[in-house]
Amino acid sequence: MTKGQLPKWVDYGLLPALNLIAAFAVSGLVVVLIGEDPFEAVKWMLFGSWGYGEGVGFTLFYTTNFIFTGLAVAVAFHAGLFNIGGEGQAYIGGLGIAVACLAFDAYVPWYITGLFAIVGGATFGAAWALIPAYLQAKRGSHIVITTIMFNFIATTLMVYLLSNVLRPQGSMQPSTRTFTEGGQLPLLRNIWPSLDLGQSPVNLSFFLALIVCVLVWYLIWRSKLGYEIRAFGANPTASVYAGISPVRITVITMLISGGLAGLMGMNEVMGSQNRLLLDFTAGYGFVGIAVALMGRGHPIGIILASILFGSLYQGGAELAFEIPAITRDMIVVIQALVILFAGALENLFRPAVVAFFNRFSDEAAA
Amino acid sequence: MTEQSVPAIELSGINKSFGPVHANKDINLRVGKGSIHGIVGENGAGKSTLMSILYGFYHADSGEIHVDGKSVHITDSKRAIELGIGMVHQHFMLVDPFTVVENVMLGAEGGAMLNKGIDQARTELKRLADEYDMKVDPDAVVGELSVGLQQRVEILKALYRGADILILDEPTGVLTPAEADHLFRILRVLRDQGKTVLLITHKLREIMDVTDAVSVMRRGEMVSSLKTADTSMAELAELMVGRSVLLEVDKKPAEPGEVLLRVENLNVKDERGVMRVKDVNFEVRAGEILGIAGVSGNGQSELLEAISGIRRAQTGTMDLAGDHVDLSHSHNAGQMRQMGMSHVPEDRHRMGLVTSFAEYENSILGYHREPEYSKGWFLDLKAIRSEAEHRIQKYDIRPPNPDLKAAKFSGGNQQKIVLAREIERDPDVLLVGQPTRGVDIGAIEYIHKRIIEMRDAGKAVLLVSVELDEIRSLSDRIIVMFDGQVVGERGADASEGELGLLMAGVNEEHAA
Amino acid sequence: MFEDIILILDSTLRLSTPLLFACLAGLFSERSGIVDIGLEGKMLGAAFAAGAAAYMTGSPWMGLLAGIIVSVMLAIIHGYASITQRGNQVVAGVAINFLAAGLTVLLGQAWFNQGGRTPQLAISARFDDITLPFAEALQDVPFVGPIYHDLISGHNLLVYLSFVMVPLTWWIVFRTRFGLRLRAVGESPAAVDTAGISVTWLRYRAVILCGVLCGFAGTYLAIAQSAGFIKDMSAGKGFIALAALIFAKWRPVSAMFTCLLFGFLDALAIRMQGQEIPGIGEVPVQVFQALPYVLTVVLLAGFIGRAIPPKASGIPYVKERT
Repeated sequence: MTKGQLPKWVDYGLLPALNLIAAFAVSGLVVVLIGEDPFEAVKWMLFGSWGYGEGVGFTLFYTTNFIFTGLAVAVAFHAGLFNIGGEGQAYIGGLGIAVACLAFDAYVPWYITGLFAIVGGATFGAAWALIPAYLQAKRGSHIVITTIMFNFIATTLMVYLLSNVLRPQGSMQPSTRTFTEGGQLPLLRNIWPSLDLGQSPVNLSFFLALIVCVLVWYLIWRSKLGYEIRAFGANPTASVYAGISPVRITVITMLISGGLAGLMGMNEVMGSQNRLLLDFTAGYGFVGIAVALMGRGHPIGIILASILFGSLYQGGAELAFEIPAITRDMIVVIQALVILFAGALENLFRPAVVAFFNRFSDEAAA
Repeated sequence: MTEQSVPAIELSGINKSFGPVHANKDINLRVGKGSIHGIVGENGAGKSTLMSILYGFYHADSGEIHVDGKSVHITDSKRAIELGIGMVHQHFMLVDPFTVVENVMLGAEGGAMLNKGIDQARTELKRLADEYDMKVDPDAVVGELSVGLQQRVEILKALYRGADILILDEPTGVLTPAEADHLFRILRVLRDQGKTVLLITHKLREIMDVTDAVSVMRRGEMVSSLKTADTSMAELAELMVGRSVLLEVDKKPAEPGEVLLRVENLNVKDERGVMRVKDVNFEVRAGEILGIAGVSGNGQSELLEAISGIRRAQTGTMDLAGDHVDLSHSHNAGQMRQMGMSHVPEDRHRMGLVTSFAEYENSILGYHREPEYSKGWFLDLKAIRSEAEHRIQKYDIRPPNPDLKAAKFSGGNQQKIVLAREIERDPDVLLVGQPTRGVDIGAIEYIHKRIIEMRDAGKAVLLVSVELDEIRSLSDRIIVMFDGQVVGERGADASEGELGLLMAGVNEEHAA
Repeated sequence: MFEDIILILDSTLRLSTPLLFACLAGLFSERSGIVDIGLEGKMLGAAFAAGAAAYMTGSPWMGLLAGIIVSVMLAIIHGYASITQRGNQVVAGVAINFLAAGLTVLLGQAWFNQGGRTPQLAISARFDDITLPFAEALQDVPFVGPIYHDLISGHNLLVYLSFVMVPLTWWIVFRTRFGLRLRAVGESPAAVDTAGISVTWLRYRAVILCGVLCGFAGTYLAIAQSAGFIKDMSAGKGFIALAALIFAKWRPVSAMFTCLLFGFLDALAIRMQGQEIPGIGEVPVQVFQALPYVLTVVLLAGFIGRAIPPKASGIPYVKERT
């Protein structure tokens, strides 16, 4: 080990753990500020997310959302692109899924509709990433800004569509009609009643998410395209030298990223709500940024980070129920602190840890 | 050394490490007041680091600094400026969209409001310009000035702050010979007015021309300090590399065959729209090395980029081993490789390697779509790895670990990774840019040998280098570029002086 | 018709004010090279603090002070992450936005128990509308009267202040030493550093100024435009301000006109709701809402001029090689 280097387990284990601990410690202070007992809060959150079958079901349900949006952000990161538009892409992706369900649910069984929904969600999500990708590649417009703008454009577009176009006649609510059975993914609680998942909405998309993780791993680390994506992200000049077209990689990567975000609707729209609702994305697209950062862009890391955030979401709901003074917004605060410490302040503890390990190795050498 | 009065600068026991790299080891240096003192050394010898320490840009890990006999602690550039030290960095520290006046007054505005300071700076600029013969339009936008003028602004900036000690880091790398001469005239005037000048360079001729004393650095250490009058280029060269330099490379006479690369009517613009390559024509035959000589920045980089498919040309055609290519059309580097061209780029960090990739991943950069490295949509990691291991053996790349990140290899070994990749694909035409820049001496000989081997194997080699010695010892024919144009062609036996004149833009047609 | 125009322009001014404050705030930060997508969060945090403090003290000035303090604190967190820790500036901004969105409602509920709102403020605890001199007297003068009385007069102090900030910002950026250095550090931090100026301190001052101005923006929302804080009341205005900043190419006077344009679109959207435009029919209100974003994308695409950010923006300044 050379000086200034850290063993892998420190880089990928200890440092993220320290960052998380810092985020949780500050969250605990917020709980104290409200006048509640943080340890009591942790107890309820743990119980709520992992203490009983229904809680676990909800945790895995949220986890599914985060895997999709986390992968979306991570794939773009590998190409050096910061896709902050996962929220909008997931939203529009949900539209694609809803269109597929509305079109087919009356005629074919769910597994046929599901295939169309996957294609619809991925295509619509990818389409929403296309213009920012093209502008970045061809015109150098910064993708962070354009994807933010597209998030807002998606919001206004969906408000319009849901209240003017997709709303069934006579309904006052801005949403589509409820899909019939042919447009509903089976819930795990119905497939395996013995699992005791209560009323939780976790559904087959959970497995879809895991399959997509494997595909993304193959794509990034084993395919020629993935090689080009990583080369472009790490050194754009060298990739041009290697004959890799920046325009092509930027556009393809963003299409994949948008498509992944778009699949989030499989879980929410086709898996759980069975209709398209206003703001169904509820910020999950943004959480994908935190998931991708914590998971270091690797599918396994993303699964772990998604479970963490899934637990936070479900545990936070339980917490709000048990201790009403702590509202569900506590989740947003914890999330913010995790993004802050694990993302923007990721090197906060590094100098100290490096110093510690150097002293350690010096002593070992002496 | 003669004991004059108090030295302007005295460094003792300076140490500085960057992670595992020990950039400065126990450096001692005395610089006499009112002298021009040169510091020479190869790239990476630690010259720039030492000067950055003196300017407060880096902090030394240990050691002492005396300025004018007083022990000082240079915490930051502000302190250095207060001590009368000014520095002209290798990469200019200018704000491009600002005017000359704004750049000069930055950090020395003379009050919280700008209006008074601007007038003052303008007056002072005019005075300095007259005194040192350094005319420059105070209202010109710096980003639009030529590099020579930008450098002048840097010097004016230092003088405006009252610098008595001026450090120049590789100031002539970007200058034409005429501009360099003008710079040296200015430096002499400065010295005659009592200023102290520290000139950092790796060009021995400059040392001999302009300095009073010289210190030599090698691999982070100060190996010698001499009076310029008492030394010679040969002695300095030996001190720099640690042994006498073999400039001649063993090679047989060339046996040129058919033309493998013909470039015609090439015109290339850079991203700012400036024409950098103008009407260039040349051909390279099988079994010969064509060297392109020239001062850095005279269009060689753009030329390499255009014919290797990285940059689109305005006009131009290329015949490459039987294929005809219109260079003004869109194409990419992959297509050129398909046609049998390999390219060792000028800057391996920026272009030749993805330094965060493992060695074996770098060994296929640009060839990752070749069938022998892939299985369908996927990479054949087994094949890639065994090929990488084979090359590590053959080229003696150290450490012999294909999983190590490219960033962890030394400059010479990195260059071998690139060279192995480009040579082993058995191209018809090999483009080589600055093959030995930042490479240790042992690797230089090895790299030169391999390039000659390529020639002897009947390949056409196009060599671009700013090192005239390298061009002269490797090439069979030499063309010289100046301001984007080919200003002359010479045989391998051309004298250094003859080529030097061409590189300065003195045209052969007028001379002949 | 004339009255309608006056009315729309009048609400344009009111709707532009928070955008203008936030836009000028972003100008200071981004000119120094710190990309700030956390304008939204700082505004929201300030709005909550202003609403809470104004309620508890009964004074709008204390509300303003609290708003500024909270916004500056968030700005310093952003600065610490981006400047000292050299973290990713966009990620830091996202964190700030979430932090404000969560904390305001969480603390609001814990302290006031009104579903995340702060209690309704009395008129004395708000910035009240000001009638300018002679407004009443001139009211009946044709043309000029309505413009002066209905459009120019009758806004609260912060509206006027936001427009005063425009020349003031211009003067700071282009006529002072601080401004020169600010512009320089966003383009070339190394040049600033070698000129003996601390890049760190300079950038901190820029983000703190950004915090102060976001404090005004948030305060305006909570205790000038409304009578208290409401959950998520910034509603994307921070992002519209960011869009305006890009649209204005990081220049103060253009920023004002862009904010007025975006405010005008907003006013128009409210005004046109449910109304038919002759020959076109009813235009969905969402068209007006989406227009600022669409226009900014079109600008970024380079179809109307070119928006080039300061060269060093988004890149942490690293002096030492590692």
